[in-house]
Amino acid sequence: MSLLTIEGVWKHYHGQSVLRGIDLEVAPHEVVCLIGASGSGKSTLLRCVNLLETIDDGAIHLDGTEITDPRADADDVRRRIGMVFQAYNLFPHMTVLENITLAPRRVHGVRAEEAEARARELLDRFGLAGKADEYPDRLSGGQQQRVAVIRAVATGPRLLLLDEVTSALDPTLVTEVLGIIRELKDTGMTMILATHEMGFARDIADKVCFLEGGVLLESGPPGQIFTEPRHPRTRAFLQRVLEARRM
Amino acid sequence: MTDGHAAAPYGPPGWEDDPDRDPAGPGDPPEWVKSERQLRREAELRARGRRSVSIATASTIVVVVALVVGITKSPGWPRVQETFLSPEAFVAALPDVLRGFLLNIKIFLIAEAFILVVGLLVALVRGLRSPVFFPLRALAVLYTDVFRGIPTILLIYLVGFGIPALQLQGAPSDPVTLGIIALVLSYGAYVAEVFRAGIESVHPSQRAAARSLALSHGQTMRYVVLPQAVRRVVPPLLNDFVSLQKDTALVAVLGPLEALRQAYIHASYDFNYTPYLAAALLFIALTVPMARLTDHLAARVARRQAGGGTA
Repeated sequence: MSLLTIEGVWKHYHGQSVLRGIDLEVAPHEVVCLIGASGSGKSTLLRCVNLLETIDDGAIHLDGTEITDPRADADDVRRRIGMVFQAYNLFPHMTVLENITLAPRRVHGVRAEEAEARARELLDRFGLAGKADEYPDRLSGGQQQRVAVIRAVATGPRLLLLDEVTSALDPTLVTEVLGIIRELKDTGMTMILATHEMGFARDIADKVCFLEGGVLLESGPPGQIFTEPRHPRTRAFLQRVLEARRM
Repeated sequence: MTDGHAAAPYGPPGWEDDPDRDPAGPGDPPEWVKSERQLRREAELRARGRRSVSIATASTIVVVVALVVGITKSPGWPRVQETFLSPEAFVAALPDVLRGFLLNIKIFLIAEAFILVVGLLVALVRGLRSPVFFPLRALAVLYTDVFRGIPTILLIYLVGFGIPALQLQGAPSDPVTLGIIALVLSYGAYVAEVFRAGIESVHPSQRAAARSLALSHGQTMRYVVLPQAVRRVVPPLLNDFVSLQKDTALVAVLGPLEALRQAYIHASYDFNYTPYLAAALLFIALTVPMARLTDHLAARVARRQAGGGTA
């Protein structure tokens, strides 16, 4: 049974359709990469799954229950989903440790010492042991984004959404963030990533989805999408990415 | 970038402080000896600095001399000197004016505490989304609109003479209390707007991050939005409090013996206005340090925001 089912989801902004009938299934432990140009609807789709946006048609199911039902408790849904943003969105007035333990303590009712111990363990595992008491603006972009990932997984979510998490980073810092995502895959975390890192998508994804103009044009295993894309628009997009890299 | 993740090290090693850095690397950074060009540049800058100081000194002297001469040569100067700058009247009035000024400080401190509470509550109520709170929200909007529109002195008259006139059981009749109520109503509206501006200045992505962690609206406000908003509005709040310190003198119209009232009594006793000068000096002594503190904090906030930090 799939963990997440997206069926016929539409979303409009100011009279423009940004999502046009998206269908997508995500199985437990699966890693799905959304690729496509900026404005193709990748980020909007992730925000809809996390109920940060309300959809205009269709339905999204998590663990077999419809989360887009107006009667559903949005906070209860978000307790089961973690999200990481392009601009990190760490809380600048809190230390790294406070950022990570906020949700476990205030939302999940974990005792302070327990939450802190768990946070320190995660920081340790992802190479940030010395940074627990720093404020976010003292960290590099890569370190901030790794903290943001830890903050999102510290509550043990069923599903992790990553919205172009390396786009704001210096190229030399991208690898350290991709490293942590790879480790999460190894632990069996179910993830949906919107990404521009084609090499990484090819390497880590179980399924790659190509979006253009709010339509999911093609999806399949990375081997097929990247070597023999069926849709001409997918081919054209990958061609442009290749050319851009050669510059 | 394609294969960059292979064997990813966490963070680039800092070559500056790595003792075993790669011999083929950048090598020892060269020692800095000031060049001729830099020395000439610094000499030129020093000369320019001296020039600016002399110009500033000269122009200040010209302005001060012109003011002193202009005032002391004016036909009414001997009269003004007598009525506003009489040392005897100053010494005679100072103890009473100072005693009155302590009441101003008391009014200020009590009003300030209530103003902060009222302002914050009104700002929070205006941020509530649920339809249940519509009447509260409308009331908050009405409150800020009405009380920012009424001149403070008018409000002091209305509250000071209006509430006792109602002859309600338990309604305060003490002029100090009534004055404080009027000041709180007036300044609470301003401070509510300051808080609201602060709350709205926190980037929506901070709210999105908090909500994505499943924090409720209230928790998001309390733990994420308000702590950042309050820090940002400290300078404008202090600015409002500088003017509140002065406006405590308006309570004088209700009759309590604060600084302005005491000065008025002394002034009308012997027709010498020097006591007003004494009161003015006391107010300046209190507001100037507060204004400097405000500038200092504003500069610190500006520096911090310029110095990076996340969205």
